Amino acid sequence: MLKLKDVHWDLPDGEELIKGVDLTISPGRLTVITGPNGGGKTTLAKLIAGLYMPTSGKIFLDDRDITDLGITERAKAGIAYAFQQPVRFKGLTVRQLLQIASGTEMKEFEMCHILEKVGLCAAEYMNRPLDTHLSGGESKRIEIATVLARNASVLIFDEPEAGIDLWSFSSLIDTFEKLKTEKSGALLIISHQERILNIADEIVLIAEGKIRAQGGRDEVLPTLNINGRGCGCPLGREVVNG
Amino acid sequence: MARENINETSLAMLKEITDWEGLFDGAYSVRQDGSCADMQSTATIKIVPKTDNPGIDIYIQAGKKKDIVYIPACVTKSGVDDVVYNDFHVQKDADVTIVAGCGVHTTDDEGARHNGIHRFFIEPGAHVLYKEKHIGSGAGKGLRVIDPVTDVVLGEGAVLEMDTQQLSGVDRTVRKTNAKLDKRAKLVIRESLLTDDDNVAETDFEVIMEGEDSSVDLISRSVAKGESRQNYHSHIIGNCRCTGHSECDAILVGNGKVNASPELFAGDLDAALIHEAAIGKIAGEQIIKLQTLGLTEQEAEEKIIEGFLTGVE
Ligand SMILES: Nc1ncnc2c1ncn2[C@@H]1O[C@H](COP(=O)(O)OP(=O)(O)OP(=O)(O)O)[C@@H](O)[C@H]1O
Ligand SMILES: [Mg+2]
Repeated sequence: MLKLKDVHWDLPDGEELIKGVDLTISPGRLTVITGPNGGGKTTLAKLIAGLYMPTSGKIFLDDRDITDLGITERAKAGIAYAFQQPVRFKGLTVRQLLQIASGTEMKEFEMCHILEKVGLCAAEYMNRPLDTHLSGGESKRIEIATVLARNASVLIFDEPEAGIDLWSFSSLIDTFEKLKTEKSGALLIISHQERILNIADEIVLIAEGKIRAQGGRDEVLPTLNINGRGCGCPLGREVVNG
Repeated sequence: MARENINETSLAMLKEITDWEGLFDGAYSVRQDGSCADMQSTATIKIVPKTDNPGIDIYIQAGKKKDIVYIPACVTKSGVDDVVYNDFHVQKDADVTIVAGCGVHTTDDEGARHNGIHRFFIEPGAHVLYKEKHIGSGAGKGLRVIDPVTDVVLGEGAVLEMDTQQLSGVDRTVRKTNAKLDKRAKLVIRESLLTDDDNVAETDFEVIMEGEDSSVDLISRSVAKGESRQNYHSHIIGNCRCTGHSECDAILVGNGKVNASPELFAGDLDAALIHEAAIGKIAGEQIIKLQTLGLTEQEAEEKIIEGFLTGVE
């Protein structure tokens, strides 16, 4: 269980980007964060993974206060984060990255299994370097695979759909649904995709650094007005829900 | 092989530089402290000691597929300054892997040096994979020096792939590689270089493409740590329709310094030459990514460097 209590984050120049977020991510459930571009979703994920340190507020993992832990310690505590924009490496291969992610000597078939979940053929990709020769969708899928390879209790995926083709996207949805049932971890996906919203247990709407709406899928989804005409922008509409 | 001639220091270094598993299969010549410790020819690879200079001539038979020869050299004590001339005569259509490599070990304040001058005469259609690893070891304060010279003449359609690696512990090195390419000849060089402490490394390539449709691909990756310095120079000369690509990538750690000066000369309208160079510290986001996978900052740095140096392809 991951808990954020009144988390704020300011830029060095004092501008407040995250304006007091209270959030609970429960194990065995899929929470989807959505909201307009620039609303603060990635920033929130980075605060959870320790890439940014909150200006104020607290973060708890299973009742342990992890607010002051750095990136490495949070990773070791069980937080895994798939970046919105995967990092490229000159030299490191898919195999090496998966080994690092799993933290143990991974068997060949285990790696195949993980790559299969993101729709990649292990034989073809295992020894590829993670450099700029990989396509956008390929590197995105490998990014997702690194999080699947970890034995984490909180799994965060930042726009996993970005750049993924239609065919692979369906199997990715399957993977997320399986993750929910197979593992007891808490799943947090940041997404703009209706198909991902449709498999959510909880939906959280974030805009301008604040939670605008929060609740069960059936409750929140209809209020998002994603199919509505005109200005469906959720800004300014403070929907308070629990 | 004559194990009794090979001392413990050499054995340890041979493991590092040739993945030696206790025995060389096929042709080999092991040089130790300035003389030949052991050698063996086969039906298809003849190794003949030179009479005028220290060194050997290696004759690799025409048309023979998938042959291999090992010619490592070790300097195992201070005060040795070994110069050796090795000539490779690779005959038409041969396909051979040559495993060279060199270790220098110091035992006191005097230096230890190996200066291997390797010439390759590669006849038309032959394919050579040349692998060399360099390493320095020993507690002696004397400088560990390796100065390799590689001179290559590639005949029509011949191919040389050269994998050259400086692993660690080499205080000073001047690495010179020259190559001349005939029609459709192809040269691929993958260099990886690690310097630390107050090591100084100089590396210099000159490749001349004289024959139509010849090509060179030169990739150099290096890491300069500690107070070490590196100087990279490459000169690719295209005098005909040909393609040349060079890429020099360096990572700085601590106070390491790198000077890279790539040079291209196109002497023909159809010479297509490209150079890419990048020098800088490890990208912060790379370290952060590996930290989110549970590595400490230092472990992340080590993994990135290891991948960078071994992942030259
Ligand atoms: N380190 C930073 N320095 C300056 N501005 C930042 C920083 N990090 C985030 N921001 C700003 O904070 C705002 C929120 O960014 P964030 O990346 O969290 O948005 P997002 O909700 O993930 O958007 P998207 O849907 O486009 O991915 C943006 O205006 C962004 O420019
Ligand atoms: Mg984002």
